[in-house]
Amino acid sequence: MAWTLDSDRPIYLQLVEVIQMRIVSGTYQAGSRLPSVRELATEAGVNPNTMQKALSELERSGLVITQRTSGRTVTENASLIGNIRQSLAKEQMKLFFQKMKKLGYKQPDIAALIKQADEEGNI
Amino acid sequence: MNPLVEIKGLSKRYDGKKLALDNLNLTLPRGRIIGLLGPNGSGKTTLIKLMTGLLTPTSGSIMINGLPVGVFTKSRIAYLPERTYLQSSMRVDDMIDFFTEFYPDFRKERAYEMLKDLGIEPSAPLKTLSKGTKEKVQLILVMSRDADLYILDEPIAGVDPAARDYILRTIISNYNENATILISTHLITDIESVLDEVVFIRYGQLLLYNSVDNIREHFGKSIDAYFREVFAC
Repeated sequence: MAWTLDSDRPIYLQLVEVIQMRIVSGTYQAGSRLPSVRELATEAGVNPNTMQKALSELERSGLVITQRTSGRTVTENASLIGNIRQSLAKEQMKLFFQKMKKLGYKQPDIAALIKQADEEGNI
Repeated sequence: MNPLVEIKGLSKRYDGKKLALDNLNLTLPRGRIIGLLGPNGSGKTTLIKLMTGLLTPTSGSIMINGLPVGVFTKSRIAYLPERTYLQSSMRVDDMIDFFTEFYPDFRKERAYEMLKDLGIEPSAPLKTLSKGTKEKVQLILVMSRDADLYILDEPIAGVDPAARDYILRTIISNYNENATILISTHLITDIESVLDEVVFIRYGQLLLYNSVDNIREHFGKSIDAYFREVFAC
């Protein structure tokens, strides 16, 4: 099953997001070896050069490290992974608040709703 | 190293009247998967037939691997034509033997592996196969070669969506950095994530040659949506 990708945004950026998410969520563990470009490209259903570009982007951010002999691994730097997790969480919060504001809720109401959902066991 | 394909000032006029290609210039590198896109009658198939040596240009030149189109360049191109050319009285395995003898770069085991994956019986006579299955056999024959340039003219039009996915995966996994795959198709949505770059042609002229991600980044839309906009009727 190919990865689900939006049709109106650059493909490599979306590949970066998927792999980032897999690292943050522990599907790809810190320090572990990543599948090869070809394997990842086949799985995602994308061009190998595009996958290569996504991995280069991840290398630039330090999340992925190229080993001279054994392909690519996920960084062992837990605080770097933590930082990225936090920035992804902030992005999600921002989206959530935007939607709630569109629905007409103000800051205190939103906090109250979150508390209520928590008490009802919906979180 | 030479570019894989170098086209300069290429024109083709049929019957002294219609200009099917009009002074086309295009250079294609190695190691790419490139979509050749354009509306009906824009000159895609004419361009392909000139590259494969089935037609001769009215003017201009095509160099492949630094050589003019001829016997040697033909031996390095794996071509899937629009229409089937297989002998319908032959069996699938006869066809494979024929290709093995004809092309030194043909990989028999790869062909049998793909037949197996697609559930095609090697002993079946071609005439007993459905249209879509025949197309699959033809594509298997083309993709089982270790060519420098693969030219696929409408490779997925007649096959079902599941086989289409398999074919695209095959294209991705057979990819190597010295070869280029040129795919002409109207089914842009199905293949655009597999492509590095696209060539748009219109009225026999080059309209655009750019990477898929550049177009998405610049125009904020898919290649399919961009195509519909550019070629809106």
